[in-house]
Amino acid sequence: MSISKQDVKYIAALARIDVPEAQLDAMTKSLSDVVQYVETLQKLDVSNVKPTSHAVPVGNVWRQDQVKTSLTNQEALAIAVEAKEGSFKVPLVIE
Amino acid sequence: MSLYQLTSHALLDLIKSRQVGARDAYIAVQERIKAVDPKVKAYVRMATVQPDFTGALPVPIAIKDNLCTKQEEITCSSRILKGFRSPYDAGVIERVKQSGGTILGIVNMDEFAFGSSCETSCYGPTFNPWNLQCVPGGSSGGSAASVAADEAMWALGSDTGGSIRQPAAFCGIVGLKPTYGRVSRYGLIAFASSLDQIGPLTKDVHDCALLMNIISGYDERDSTSVNEPVPDYTKALVNDVKGLRIGIPKEAFVDGLDPEVRKSVEDALELYKKLGATIKEVSLPHTPYAVATYYIVATAEASSNLARFDGVRFGARKQPTQVRKNALVDMYEETRSQGFGDEAKRRIMLGTYALSSGYYDAYYLRGQKVRTLIKNDLDEVFKDCDCVLTPTSPTVAFKVGEKVSDPLSMYLSDIYTIPANLAGIPAISIPCGFSKSGLPIGMQLMGKAFDEEMLLRVSYTYEQNTEWHLKKPNL
Repeated sequence: MSISKQDVKYIAALARIDVPEAQLDAMTKSLSDVVQYVETLQKLDVSNVKPTSHAVPVGNVWRQDQVKTSLTNQEALAIAVEAKEGSFKVPLVIE
Repeated sequence: MSLYQLTSHALLDLIKSRQVGARDAYIAVQERIKAVDPKVKAYVRMATVQPDFTGALPVPIAIKDNLCTKQEEITCSSRILKGFRSPYDAGVIERVKQSGGTILGIVNMDEFAFGSSCETSCYGPTFNPWNLQCVPGGSSGGSAASVAADEAMWALGSDTGGSIRQPAAFCGIVGLKPTYGRVSRYGLIAFASSLDQIGPLTKDVHDCALLMNIISGYDERDSTSVNEPVPDYTKALVNDVKGLRIGIPKEAFVDGLDPEVRKSVEDALELYKKLGATIKEVSLPHTPYAVATYYIVATAEASSNLARFDGVRFGARKQPTQVRKNALVDMYEETRSQGFGDEAKRRIMLGTYALSSGYYDAYYLRGQKVRTLIKNDLDEVFKDCDCVLTPTSPTVAFKVGEKVSDPLSMYLSDIYTIPANLAGIPAISIPCGFSKSGLPIGMQLMGKAFDEEMLLRVSYTYEQNTEWHLKKPNL
């Protein structure tokens, strides 16, 4: 199956990426090529196969709930795009 | 021989016997970088923090641009992280610093490790030291090129689908992807969390063992780190393969494999036979599905991991001049659209599609099931084999620009390396010849989980009986 321009617009919105009209054809074609290629997986019978999410079996990892030193507020905010009053500052969310 | 040409183990011997100072070695490599990096372009920036040369193993090292290094700018070679200074050291960087490692600088990579040629970097490509018209491979192209050009004694890279081994093969050096969980991923900027592993790129197998000794081990800050004892990997450097069983998958020698690569790998097999190893033909029937599986699983995980780059907390933030939806969503979209390059956008969207409602079962879940089949194939083969040998890449290094406009053909250059990531097993690439055009050829050995020692032994034996690893590019 191939991907339509409408699909690409929908996926782009989900991924929070703006694909301008001028690039829509090229992006649709390159995504369709890859999706068609991965279609080959549909040939396999996987009805009795369990999925692998991690190759090395590790279960839940537990640790003591202890207070440890971490980055200071100042250190953490040193990477902020914008900071105010000890917090990350973001654009207005609720008007 | 100049100081910068030394292997790390040779340098450490000279430092130990007080014939060379650690600072002299560091300066010699820095001078080498000044002389040849304008041509190779392996480094994206030099270290701002000067080392103190007091540690036990003061080897000058290059660091891939996705390993958080305190006080240095780390960007994954992406515009979206320009200006990001890591507030902490990655687990491997802590270990390198504790061992006395002297960091030279940060080296180039495909943007967010999305690529096999180092061409998707926002800084422009790195060039192959053996032929400056060619790519160094990727995504750890800067790591491999810096070591091959003697611009670093060794380097750290990361490998999600071949990103250490393929550039190592293209540049004629040694590259190891350890078992998943062997090396802490804490502080590695994530691409595909269930596949990523950090590993060494070195001038020979001995150096590979030494760097593995430094970086391996449990780290509670990485929940997938495995608490297995770490052996002294240098003890595995034994020149003997007598009685060992090397598997050759019949699926590996198919159409599309460059005849010169095939010949070099077949010659290596003959040598192993002469040295007393048993060669067994084996079958990995699901490997033809590995690339398709990988591009579902890896892009799905990438789309999720890269959701954090939204202009809110760190990196760059962009606001469009006109309101499109609302201030916040507009900011997300503008930041991501300007910050990510084309390949990053393609992979994020592909992964978003594979995970989206209505397609999850057909793509992501199916991909994970085929992953099981590929892993089962390898488990089966390792019942009767100590390791499995294949080419590392179907071709030698290709020309810069040759595959940029054809993502699918670029993806297929990872056909031999991807299965080890899907199965979580260790795999090494070592030099095994040169093409008539003078480009290095690499071969890959895959091993059982946590049996890096077998890979080191089998590759060390090959290296001791050949001279490919001693050749140097003319720069």
